[in-house]
Amino acid sequence: MKTVKQLSAALAAGQVSAVELAQDYLARIAALNPKLNAFITVDAEKTLAEARAADAARAAGTAGLLTGVPVAHKDIFCAEGWKTSCGSKMLDNFVAPYDATVITNAKAAGLVTLGRANMDEFAMGSSNENSFYGAVKNPWDLNAVPGGSSGGSAAAVAAGLAPFATGTDTGGSIRQPASFCGITGIKPTYGVVSRYGMIAYASSLDQGGAFAHTAEDCALLLNVMAGFDDKDSTSLEHAKEDYTRDLNQPLAGVKVGLPREYFAEGLAGDVAAAIEAAVTELKKLGATVVDVSLPNTKLAIPSYYVIAPAEASSNLSRFDGVRYGHRAADYDGLADMYEKTRAEGFGWEVKRRILTGTYVLSHGYYDAYYLQAQKIRRIIANDFVAAFKDCDVILGPVAPTTAWNLGEKSDDPVAMYLADIYTLGVNLAGLPALSIPVGFGSNGRPVGLQIIGNYLGEAKMLNVAHQFQQATDWHAKAPIL
Amino acid sequence: MSLSLEDVSRIARLSRIAVTDAELAATQTQLNRILHLIDEMRAVDTSGIEPMAHAQDVFLRLREDAATAPDRRAAFQAVAPAVENGLYLVPKVIE
Repeated sequence: MKTVKQLSAALAAGQVSAVELAQDYLARIAALNPKLNAFITVDAEKTLAEARAADAARAAGTAGLLTGVPVAHKDIFCAEGWKTSCGSKMLDNFVAPYDATVITNAKAAGLVTLGRANMDEFAMGSSNENSFYGAVKNPWDLNAVPGGSSGGSAAAVAAGLAPFATGTDTGGSIRQPASFCGITGIKPTYGVVSRYGMIAYASSLDQGGAFAHTAEDCALLLNVMAGFDDKDSTSLEHAKEDYTRDLNQPLAGVKVGLPREYFAEGLAGDVAAAIEAAVTELKKLGATVVDVSLPNTKLAIPSYYVIAPAEASSNLSRFDGVRYGHRAADYDGLADMYEKTRAEGFGWEVKRRILTGTYVLSHGYYDAYYLQAQKIRRIIANDFVAAFKDCDVILGPVAPTTAWNLGEKSDDPVAMYLADIYTLGVNLAGLPALSIPVGFGSNGRPVGLQIIGNYLGEAKMLNVAHQFQQATDWHAKAPIL
Repeated sequence: MSLSLEDVSRIARLSRIAVTDAELAATQTQLNRILHLIDEMRAVDTSGIEPMAHAQDVFLRLREDAATAPDRRAAFQAVAPAVENGLYLVPKVIE
């Protein structure tokens, strides 16, 4: 398993060309994707054309650090000329007519697109079983879910089908699949990565981010993805950062907070043991542990499952069979066309969230549900602000258990929602967080440690993650496929 | 708070999603389970708390009043189900 840092060095030294690298990964995708279903679309011709352009840039002396490095893009980022399905039948026929800013930035850096990664439909789900294109399998155990919603991105990196992958995280959709697949995944502060051309689910929570084997590689990809964009009205007007700048800082004096609510009832023993071992390792590296409290952690679930569906019901009203996407074949008038188009084009989890969102925004219920959820959102954000007075980063589990079995929770949406308890608060508050692999559960499936940073604290989080990875080798472990 | 079958039909109509009679009962069960989960937050005392609509204090940026987007109508309409003379076609709404 090669890191991007190693690939970048090999490309610079002329040991491998971008075309050879792309061919290697395409061959591995051809061999393993039928087993894993991590990709929705692969187009070797397009990939090789990008790789040839990368090699030409290198020959011309205009190559950057990452020119020629392959990347898998979550099928939520519009990319001109590529089918951009968002995991939905609704967009099965949609070839994007423009590039998302994330795609524009990736192209400018010379990254080579390997294909389009599978995902839960419209990024709604925690298991990748809600994709119109079928479930993704966890590379560590083909009977397990890879997590979601960016399950294809995480499985692709874990299985060595891509060294880099993009993703999005609205309620945990980068961190939880990174945790379940034993890789590193980072969701930056809300507003750091442009949402332009990223198909919207819940706009006040959606944030793009990166997957790779190591924290160092994630920092490199985030350097490419991040930056102010005037095409996104919520993009942070913030100077460009080098997210690798603090990787090599020692951890002596760094204060890590352990929120007691993240280690309470509901956390599986094997996950708790792996997290505690990781905390012990960080103490050996010089970090100081402090006890903190996030007393309203449990309320993140109801608050999120009001706010996100409410925003989704509004965002997804654009899928009406008029301007793009699926249109029902038979209908009687405009209203019938809308209703049949949406009934046919959306899967049941998407429909449930639209219906829930419509209800909580409807006349007579707005104050009791939507406004109340937004007030609780403030309480949760304030809890984080208070906790960060006593520490530099907050540590905890990403999920209460390791990856569950395919089908285990697919008939029980509420059981699936409850498993998001440790990730939702970060999105509600708009904070950055990442997941790194720190061991395996009793069933042999990976455990991820969540590192939550303060606002714009990405470099500090990545520093802690990188120092841990310098001292351990969990990130270097790979599944046998 | 529990939704009746009539409530579910009404919400589906507001959402412009056709739900068949056969799907209605299962949808009702699932939505009621979700609402039960959500109801946990209704008892929380939030008096005096400002609602938080966004992760940061957002404000609308202003820019020069100048055209920046190129005309890409043809490309955007190429992915539409039905267009004619640059217009999107929908079923007749007015007789």
